[in-house]
Amino acid sequence: MSKYYVNKFLYSIDRDPEWVARYKDDPAGTIDAWEKECGTWLNSAEKTTWLSFTAEERHALETYDYEWLFAYGAHFFLYLTLFIGLFDEDWAREQGPLSYQREWARRLEPWTHKDYPSVAL
Amino acid sequence: MADLTAVLASTHHPFYLKATTDHSEQRMPHADEWQRKVEAYRETLTAARPDVLIMVGADHFHQFFLDNYPTFLIGKQEKYDATFYNEEREFGIPKYVLDGDMELSNYMHQGLLDAGFDFSFSHELKIDHSIICPIITVRPDADLPIVPIYTNIFAPPMPSPKRFWDLGRAIRGIIDAYPSDKKIAAIGTGHLSLELGGPRMFGDHGPDPEFDARAIEWLSTGNIDSVLENVTHESMASAGNATHGFMDLILMMGIAGPREADYVDQLDLFHTREMFMTWYPNKTEALAAAAASAAESSGASLGPVYAAKDGVSA
Ligand SMILES: [Fe+2]
Repeated sequence: MSKYYVNKFLYSIDRDPEWVARYKDDPAGTIDAWEKECGTWLNSAEKTTWLSFTAEERHALETYDYEWLFAYGAHFFLYLTLFIGLFDEDWAREQGPLSYQREWARRLEPWTHKDYPSVAL
Repeated sequence: MADLTAVLASTHHPFYLKATTDHSEQRMPHADEWQRKVEAYRETLTAARPDVLIMVGADHFHQFFLDNYPTFLIGKQEKYDATFYNEEREFGIPKYVLDGDMELSNYMHQGLLDAGFDFSFSHELKIDHSIICPIITVRPDADLPIVPIYTNIFAPPMPSPKRFWDLGRAIRGIIDAYPSDKKIAAIGTGHLSLELGGPRMFGDHGPDPEFDARAIEWLSTGNIDSVLENVTHESMASAGNATHGFMDLILMMGIAGPREADYVDQLDLFHTREMFMTWYPNKTEALAAAAASAAESSGASLGPVYAAKDGVSA
């Protein structure tokens, strides 16, 4: 498992409008492409040879599953901004401003008053 | 020696510009009051007539990531680009190019090393909204050179609250010793209680109003002992999972020193409580008058604000 790799995916998708669009259109295909083009590279010349997703990590990213990512301790800032970028407008148009964010908070209610999973690596 | 004419500590809210320039039917109900308070707060900086700004913030995973995350970092450039694509996307914040002040950056960096703070440094730092938000709110002309200082309030493990205070004290010592006739203002932003990605986010108030009221009391009374007694990584986490940005406000209090603030304002918004605090280390009559006139329009206090016994601001 690699929480770092999940965070790397979220970080590098969120900062690039082309990756954001691809991830919204085709999450599974984009994750594969990202691994080949970005995830397994340290920079444009150097490979990182040992990073990979588990099946659960891949599935959570394929399904934009914030409940799983929260429980897992992926960094909240990374998937919050990215998923807002993906879904806020659609939800706001259909169900009103902040509806995506408020539904998110509601679904995480079972965590209220508990210690949250750490985002430390 | 340089003159530290003002120290500003405030929350940063990346939606301020969007909220206050929205004149559609969707304009948020708090927008007018928010704008009035921010514009009044701006007067507390303008009156200090700064020549250069030392700005404290934190990179929100825009430039820095977990492959190489600096705990404390100083920018050392003639120019700084600002605002990342995803900040434009999410918050509608425009791009800026700010001037730097190499001489003060170099002096500050050496001074920090000498004081035992082994800073990372960057010659290609791009500024994010932790520094651009206060430019928008208190210096919208973006006409002054800056010296940016970044801290880690995001990626555990983080330094202790005490370390942030000590860093503030060290920065103050360096400013006071800086051989220059410039007027310097120090501006830093962070958060009171804040939740991101968890069940308490985007509520009608910030996640922990009681923490916020106590925090404003601690800061505005300069009560570092209470801060160090009450504020730990665990207590901040229980106030909201992103509350660690409060440590940058502790740092600013460190720059001001253990003394009462001269201007204290706040606004209860959905999702967060906003705070606007100014210290005048060498308060003149003109500065006192400016703060008083700003407070007339904002309703700010010209001294400490105490938490009521039940924890909410009196
Ligand atoms: Fe922030």
